[in-house]
Amino acid sequence: MSDLHAHSVSFVRDTMLPQATPPITERGAIKWMRENLFSGWFNSILTIVSIYVIYVILSHILPWFVNSIWVADSLDECRQIRDAVNGGEPSACFAVITERWQQLIYGFYPVDRSWGADASFLFLYIRPNIAFALLFVAIAPILYDKLPRKMLWFSALYPFLAFWLVWGGSVWMPVSVLAGLVLAFVAFQLLGSVSGLVAALGAFLMPLIWWYFLAAPVADAIQSILPVSLDPVDSKKIGGFMISIIIGLAGIVLSLPIGVVLALGRQSDLLIVKMICVGFIEFIRGVPLITLLFTASLLLNYFLPPGTNFDIVLRVIIMVTLFASAYMAETIRGGLAALPKGQYEAADSLGLDYWKSQRLIIMPQALKISIPGIVNNFIGLFKDTTLVLFIGIFDMLGLVGAIRASTEWNGVYFELFIFVAAVFWICCFSMSRYSQWLERKLQTEHR
Amino acid sequence: MTTLTDPNKESFRLGQLIYDTRYRSMTIQVIALIGFMALFAWLISNTVVNLHALGQDINFGFLTVRSGYDINQTLIEYSSNSNHLRAAIVGLLNTLLVAFLGCILATFIGVIAGVLRLSKNWLTARLMTVYIESFRNIPVLLWIIAFFAVLTEATSAPNAFRGDDPTAFMWLNGSVAVTNRGTYAPLPIWHDGSVVVVVVFLASLVAIWAFGRYSRKRQEETGDILPNLWIKLGLFFVPAVLAYFVMGRPITLEYPELQGFNFQGGLQMRNSLIALWLALSVYTGAFIAENVRAGILAVSHGQTEAAFALGLRPNRTMRLVILPQALRVIIPPLISQYLNLTKNSSLALAVGYMDLRSTLGGITLNQTGRALECMMLMMLIYLIISLLISSAMNFYNSSVELKER
Repeated sequence: MSDLHAHSVSFVRDTMLPQATPPITERGAIKWMRENLFSGWFNSILTIVSIYVIYVILSHILPWFVNSIWVADSLDECRQIRDAVNGGEPSACFAVITERWQQLIYGFYPVDRSWGADASFLFLYIRPNIAFALLFVAIAPILYDKLPRKMLWFSALYPFLAFWLVWGGSVWMPVSVLAGLVLAFVAFQLLGSVSGLVAALGAFLMPLIWWYFLAAPVADAIQSILPVSLDPVDSKKIGGFMISIIIGLAGIVLSLPIGVVLALGRQSDLLIVKMICVGFIEFIRGVPLITLLFTASLLLNYFLPPGTNFDIVLRVIIMVTLFASAYMAETIRGGLAALPKGQYEAADSLGLDYWKSQRLIIMPQALKISIPGIVNNFIGLFKDTTLVLFIGIFDMLGLVGAIRASTEWNGVYFELFIFVAAVFWICCFSMSRYSQWLERKLQTEHR
Repeated sequence: MTTLTDPNKESFRLGQLIYDTRYRSMTIQVIALIGFMALFAWLISNTVVNLHALGQDINFGFLTVRSGYDINQTLIEYSSNSNHLRAAIVGLLNTLLVAFLGCILATFIGVIAGVLRLSKNWLTARLMTVYIESFRNIPVLLWIIAFFAVLTEATSAPNAFRGDDPTAFMWLNGSVAVTNRGTYAPLPIWHDGSVVVVVVFLASLVAIWAFGRYSRKRQEETGDILPNLWIKLGLFFVPAVLAYFVMGRPITLEYPELQGFNFQGGLQMRNSLIALWLALSVYTGAFIAENVRAGILAVSHGQTEAAFALGLRPNRTMRLVILPQALRVIIPPLISQYLNLTKNSSLALAVGYMDLRSTLGGITLNQTGRALECMMLMMLIYLIISLLISSAMNFYNSSVELKER
């Protein structure tokens, strides 16, 4: 058969041809560009416009950035260096950052001179730096569940430790505030045998009574017997990135549980509880944060007993927390609503009571659904900490104004903005990346 | 041998308030109510005591007192002789103005950026990602201050437009001047007969709507598709332009001119307004872009394929199949972005734009010392605006809700 075939045709190839390379338009960079950049007249226009936009932006920024000056004592000196070295070309003066970055990070926090005049900033600001370093230790077990669970105890203690390190004063004050929480736990355990409701009431009222009447005298008494204290630092001196972190983290930590409670209240069958929660959430969501902050700085004295005067940072934290928790409640309510009704019914049919079903069945799933929203709220809250500059707290943005008002750096704009923007961008972007990672990790559905 | 007896009539015991689930919810509610009322009463009694100690009362009479301060950007007649109430209204209108302008521009930017981020064009999609991620992750206050700094630092003083050899030029054939004080643009002047032009224009809008109905009906009956776009465009422009020339050009433009140290005449927009407007729009636009992207991605690909299988062209597929479904997902978060933008406009304080917060909650509050009244009034106004916007959202939501059975 093959012989016959061989006679009828003049040539039969008996070796395989080597694979030819594809035409130049179908391979490598050119293929990629044809597919992704020039796949039609509209796409080509888009590409050209994009290249033009990138060119315009870079042609303005890049030379300015490349010529940047990092060491100078004032804007005048910067300009002299620019004229001498860069021939008067536009150049960024990042010297303002290198000269003032301690202020941008720590505000007017007092420098610790006990380590010598030429100590590095690590020792000059040793208390905030220790607090900041321990922050990572405290946060790590919350972010990664592979770390030993015992570290969570340190995370729970961290807020009190950080408060003591940053604000100073007697160590017994944060300890006695912490004792209020221990007291709540003890009350809950003791009264738990009576009834859940009584236990909850006791756990709520006991610490309030403790904090309101006893915490301060007890702390003073122990301090007089066993004095352990650091130099106290006034709240007005704390500023820069530090105050953003403090307010942001406190708001984040406190707003999540309050938000959960508010969301449950809004979803609950108890009419009065529901109405209170709806009223609170809608009021807070309806007014700008800045009006709440002004209320905190101007009006809070009206609403509190005469003579009360508590710290401005604490007031801001309370207001920011209330503000964020209303938004948090709505996010979590979305998660609760998105949960199939079968989950509620399954929990009921297992005979779980309300709190057990919430704790074991509903909340873990609802929170998982609302992770993106929750983290978006966190990011929003952290960005909103810049608003404190309106009530006289010098966060980074407030310090930008202060630095620009000084004689040395009058006229510097974008270098400072770029620095502040970069710091916020790194924090917020890493939060959103973490939430995406967490979402993927908790993804249990089969797709 | 047992005898059947009636079950004991349970008498009500006090313990049931705690242990019996039938009564427990009642107990919890009563406790919550008492706690809430106690808190409220405590706050009010404190306020009363404090006000008494300061020798103050709650009195809104200050609203009718002469304000004595000027507002540089007003929509209605206002002078320093007007009263505080009018100043507050001017501020409210300024807030609404920047919120309205901001919502329009933010939607425009957001839709374009959201669609382009899904584009197959690699470069454009990346560029939009950079835009969205950089604006979403940096505080809006920083953007407002930075935009203001650009507008005041990078633009020329009015003086630079002067002389035979000016260093700065007006844009658009000498009609728009961007200076470090503000932007000056031509202002239309309405002469006699301009009413006719406006009426004709409004009538042509009605005609466009009527034509749309007619054309849809005709398509449903006969299947013919009219060249809708061209006819509507024609209806939009031709009658109004005709009326304009027939009436002898009753609408003219007043151009800004350099007089003294500044531009006079025309439409004046302070840099504070423009910086606030642009910053809010570009910032909110980044959020809207993400909403738009999520909305488009939420429509499953099967819908597109089904539409193609029915023989619809790509643009009709987008308009008739994809967009209506995507809008259902996009609109609710879009409106809450509008709400955020309106509330963020209170950051106008940072650039000195006289909005509600700067007039009623700023200068009026400082001049009269009536902090409590001013803050309460201001919060109430913001609350009303927010509730109006969110009730509009609820209305829309219920009208497009999927009718599930």
